[in-house]
Amino acid sequence: MIDKTVGSIEAAIADIGDGATIMIGGFGNAGMPAELIDALIARSARDLTIVNNNAGNAESGLAALLKTKRVKKIICSFPRQTDSWVFDGLYRTGELELELVPQGNLACRIEAAGAGLGAIFTPTGYGTSLADGKETREIDGRNYVLELPIHADYAFIKADKGDRWGNLTYRKAARNFGPIMARAARCTIAQVREVVPLGTLDPEVIVTPGIFVKRVVATGKRQ
Amino acid sequence: MKRLNRDQLAARVARDIPEGAYVNLGIGLPTQVANHLPEEREIFLHSENGLLGMGPAPAKGEEDEDLINAGKQPVTLLAGGAYFHHGDSFAMMRGGHLDICVLGAFQVSAEGDLANWHTGEPDAIPAVGGAMDLAIGARRVFVMMEHVTKKGEAKIVQRCTYPLTAMKCVDRIYTDLAVIDVTPRGLEVLEMVEGLDFDELQRLTAVPLVKRKETAGS
Repeated sequence: MIDKTVGSIEAAIADIGDGATIMIGGFGNAGMPAELIDALIARSARDLTIVNNNAGNAESGLAALLKTKRVKKIICSFPRQTDSWVFDGLYRTGELELELVPQGNLACRIEAAGAGLGAIFTPTGYGTSLADGKETREIDGRNYVLELPIHADYAFIKADKGDRWGNLTYRKAARNFGPIMARAARCTIAQVREVVPLGTLDPEVIVTPGIFVKRVVATGKRQ
Repeated sequence: MKRLNRDQLAARVARDIPEGAYVNLGIGLPTQVANHLPEEREIFLHSENGLLGMGPAPAKGEEDEDLINAGKQPVTLLAGGAYFHHGDSFAMMRGGHLDICVLGAFQVSAEGDLANWHTGEPDAIPAVGGAMDLAIGARRVFVMMEHVTKKGEAKIVQRCTYPLTAMKCVDRIYTDLAVIDVTPRGLEVLEMVEGLDFDELQRLTAVPLVKRKETAGS
């Protein structure tokens, strides 16, 4: 019997080692897999590369992970926020490398990785400093920038419901990067509010099919 | 002259958003446009984090941490609204499916180049978010901003000195003094606030303005 559910958050991330690239879903706190991040903080893996839209808020979640100084690089679109003081400090002292990516390019580079594409030509960023040094091409009279896919070793996803085959549904705008990151990582780990029996999720409303998910761990009740 | 305050400016932009438009309102001042959209018009508000049919802020106590806007403030979803992931959300922008986006700006050039994401100062922390995708993707790009900086410097300039968000993307500029279209024949003044004449507006603008065709020579 195939059962992708894992008994504990700690067990779900136990194999993550030094130098891993980890995608973390969420837009601000909506969809942020806080329990998975907390479990990662409790481990000793270092020299991590993190892919997220932001760079943490206040002192918890991603900000708390950055504070451990075990992240060497972050790839994100919008690090600066009113409560991003942890990131701000590490960036200013040069302790954290930033790759700033326009949000739509972040999304489509992640999508490209999941879809097996070698690169994409995107109009976003053409003529700006974020395209400096990158290959460009004019196609049908419009200018594009060549951008490479972003692959990851792991993706941390917060979903709403999941089953033992790894099928996932999401809740409201907590969906954001979840479905595309789930496709781009070698090992996607989904924390779900609830694990439900196989066959309970309506196939018409499954957003992430289980093929993209390796591990499912419940943070709420388990049926 | 009667300068528009921020609320009046938001109301002025709202007047130009038609029934049925798919619209993204940028973070900050543009968000206020939503407060002035006429109730009798059905307008689809898009939020980059995966919402179409975004509604107003919830009543106190009704906030949902999974239902926020691009500025990460709590919002609601209207009946008929939809959720989707980031790939779909940015396909809506980049693929030209949004009719209008409204963005703030540091500077706009005579050719419609936009600078609105970064001051370029060495100690500034850069953050771009969805600004570059909106600027190149929406079918019409409206900018709303003060006509001049707090120090009185022109924000409509020959060439942007701040880092660019996108080239030749702005269609219309709404300021506290005027409404100006970016056209092949130059920056065309559509409206000025009461008590302001063309020469005074020109004095406050670093590039040559042209009068609207119908009123040329008047």
